[in-house]
Amino acid sequence: MIVRDSLSVGVAVGVYGLSFGALSTVTGLSLLQTQTLSALMFTGASQFALIGILASGAGIASAIATSVLLGVRNFLYGLRVDRTLEVAGPLRLVAAQLTIDESTAVALGHDDPNHGRSFKLGFWTTGLTVYVLWNLFTFIGAIAVSTIGDPRSLGLDAAIPASFLALLWPRLTRGSAWALAAASAAIALMLTPALTPGLPVLTAGLVGVIAAALGVDLATSTPLPTPDEPETETSR
Amino acid sequence: MIWAAVLIASAGCYALKLLGHSLPTSVLNRPLVRRSADLLPIALLSALVAVQTFAGGQHLGLDARVAGVGAAVVALLLRAPFIVVVVVAAATAAILRSSGWLS
Repeated sequence: MIVRDSLSVGVAVGVYGLSFGALSTVTGLSLLQTQTLSALMFTGASQFALIGILASGAGIASAIATSVLLGVRNFLYGLRVDRTLEVAGPLRLVAAQLTIDESTAVALGHDDPNHGRSFKLGFWTTGLTVYVLWNLFTFIGAIAVSTIGDPRSLGLDAAIPASFLALLWPRLTRGSAWALAAASAAIALMLTPALTPGLPVLTAGLVGVIAAALGVDLATSTPLPTPDEPETETSR
Repeated sequence: MIWAAVLIASAGCYALKLLGHSLPTSVLNRPLVRRSADLLPIALLSALVAVQTFAGGQHLGLDARVAGVGAAVVALLLRAPFIVVVVVAAATAAILRSSGWLS
């Protein structure tokens, strides 16, 4: 049951890898650079951000900064899953790399009193399945488009914002999320004529942090523990 | 330069994952940490959608990308999977360009 869940999540996500591999290659990264991102970075939104910003002609500093900031949520997932996973040594280094949206969501979906056995199984099978399929499909996507001439004639410059939108969409669960998204988009556009490419997006990211400081809360949008969860209670 | 971006950003993303596995779970009890990690992707992704749809360098304008992203919205409203959303956007922009209606 858990394995079936993990595999279906893995297959669905692996197919995104196809679009990543394709878009990364047409925006000018080599096959090896594209594959390195899927193998080493292994977190979709950050990978799309890096290639999208590099393609827009922004400097590498803002591409790196945006990409890493989009990875901050994995930090949170690590905090959440580490205790139940009970890993140490080299295995913890592997678990860290597999800590992404999907492995965390499946593990938390199977949180049980049974000494976390289903939790661990869910985390590891999902993490490993997604890792293998994400890398495989990245490779297939990259190979498939390596012969394309002008990416614009195929509309691939529209595919990049569309992929960001598809990553954003499931997070827009509440009115406050829509308001934040609209404000960030408007600020980034207003700053575009004035700032170097890349900086408007980073500045808009600050809006998110400010909103957080002002107490905007979207506790249901990501698989994060709520403060009243017994498990976090015992760790205090 | 692209290699530097690839390797530094990958190292940064991995460091964040590992840091999460190394700090005590009690860090999660700080509301600002939890809320920031929740809101930051929304702010960054929506800004990326806007800029990559309307901007070319430091100029704003309307071209076939806008129609492509509009078609992506329709696909998302119809609950299409990720890959379909991306293909619909690309195909819409490509068709409008080849027909000469939009640049």
